[in-house]
Amino acid sequence: MLLHHLFEKSARHTPAKVALVFEGQRLSYAQIDAQATCLAASLQRCGVQRGDRVASFLDNGVEAVVSLYATLKCGGVFMPINPLTKSDKLGYLLNDARASALITHAALRAVYADALAQNKSVHTCFVVGAVDPAWADTRCVAYSERCENAFDPPFAIDQDLAGIIYTSGSTGEPKGVMLTHLNMVSSARSICSYLALQADDVILCALPLAFDYGLYQILMSHLVGATVVLERSFSFPVKVLEVMTREQVTVFPGVPTMFSLLMNLKSLRDYPLVTLRKITNTAAVLPEEHIHQLRNLFPQAQLYSMYGLTECKRVTYLPPDQLDTRPTSVGRGMPNQEVWLVDTAGNRLPNGNTGELVIRGSNVMRGYWEKPVQTAERLKPGPISGETVLYSGDVFRTDAEGYLYFVARIDDIIKSRGEKVSPREVEAVLYEIPGVLEAAVIGVPDPVLGEAVKAFLTLKKGVTSSEREVIRYCLSRLESFMAPKSVVFLDAFPKTDTGKIKKNHLA
Amino acid sequence: MQDIKTRVRSYIDDNFIMSSAGAQLKDSDSFIEWHVIDSTGFLELVTFLEEIYGFVVEDEEMVPDNLDSLNSIEAYVLRKLAS
Repeated sequence: MLLHHLFEKSARHTPAKVALVFEGQRLSYAQIDAQATCLAASLQRCGVQRGDRVASFLDNGVEAVVSLYATLKCGGVFMPINPLTKSDKLGYLLNDARASALITHAALRAVYADALAQNKSVHTCFVVGAVDPAWADTRCVAYSERCENAFDPPFAIDQDLAGIIYTSGSTGEPKGVMLTHLNMVSSARSICSYLALQADDVILCALPLAFDYGLYQILMSHLVGATVVLERSFSFPVKVLEVMTREQVTVFPGVPTMFSLLMNLKSLRDYPLVTLRKITNTAAVLPEEHIHQLRNLFPQAQLYSMYGLTECKRVTYLPPDQLDTRPTSVGRGMPNQEVWLVDTAGNRLPNGNTGELVIRGSNVMRGYWEKPVQTAERLKPGPISGETVLYSGDVFRTDAEGYLYFVARIDDIIKSRGEKVSPREVEAVLYEIPGVLEAAVIGVPDPVLGEAVKAFLTLKKGVTSSEREVIRYCLSRLESFMAPKSVVFLDAFPKTDTGKIKKNHLA
Repeated sequence: MQDIKTRVRSYIDDNFIMSSAGAQLKDSDSFIEWHVIDSTGFLELVTFLEEIYGFVVEDEEMVPDNLDSLNSIEAYVLRKLAS
């Protein structure tokens, strides 16, 4: 089964059903399928062949969805790039992946023009919106939904690459995570099964499709024959709430930043979202206080805390019925996947220990594109000869029943006064302080302590606080070695394209 | 009072311009479409408007119709100041 077959199967079953709602447009499965086939034919005509990388540098919209399926249909490898990317990085990505084609929007011209000037691999650039003939790179052609060419489906198998998703730069140079059709089909099926998504679901997606969490909302919705309500962004939360109410959304996937924006709205209670059945969170752990607030605000919805990484899409989820028992856990491995913890020597640890999380399953990536050294650091031999398993680089602990609790990135643990300090744990306490919007903690060199704990905070509008107040609160809640030695108040955090705080930019 | 659009444009020039579209930004251009301001940027823009013009931007007023271009901001600010 190839990734786009999931969508095509639904398109055959329910061709007239609405597959996508975007800014007032409602497109049926059949319409999207037809547009994707036409674009696939155009890609083929301009020379895109099986295995060629096709970069999609687009905002959320109909074209982004059509580009996804068109690329897969013609045997290409879908390479989504966040539209907030700047030209140098875009140029790097196109060169690194040796992309053959680029699909973009005229509004991004200033960025893609500079990137194309540094690139030779792209032979065709499809531009949505007006192409300025006097200015444009000769490789640029207008994106068209018209069917001018016949489409010839290529030979392909599920071991072929379906996507390359570049991981955000929080750990250095971007790396292209290679995912096969099998990888992505496996992930989509597992997640759909534990979330129990169904054809009558209406899924809101305000996450960028260049972020795998957003991309999978499309894939999973179309796998079960549901409807996706796509939003361009979460910039205007009230507008999103209005859309959710109007479209009777049943599933709301978000990240902690989105939930904190929502919970800051005084008018949130004006949008009861009575049809909402499920809220999902990933990308970062939700502070316990926010979990509590979300459940109070939307008692009709089940809240799923989840954890994943691009290298295998999703790892764990916490069944909602476990939320009262272990609110800070991210749960256990998802279906058709095995996870365990190892010590630094690679020995498997029994429940109740702390160690690096290892993942085994058909969702695990094939490696980083043309980066064998970095690949070998993550993909290591598994229990069966010839197989590899993924070393996540994340430290977890398990409780007696095997539920996982995120502790830190391996290189994130602070050692202060000889004691291990988990930044996560300190951050959880900082989030309890009224008025704290976001918090991050790092270790900084200290002549006496080895490393000192340093906290960075952003505060909600109109709130003031002082370093002394924050430290005092932490001292009342944490062992003294864990309390921050210094506190810095920021206007905003530096963030990765997917909204994670860039801790390596804090000092 | 300094012209609203001039003032907001200079604030945006100083603080945002996410892409290099700033130089040619027309009064009617959407900040979102042209990637001038991202989601957290709008929160900063709102704080700026509140500080400079001394009114409170209500939740329900934080919509593209009020904030997504120089023209829409001018119209919104004038409406708020008149009310």
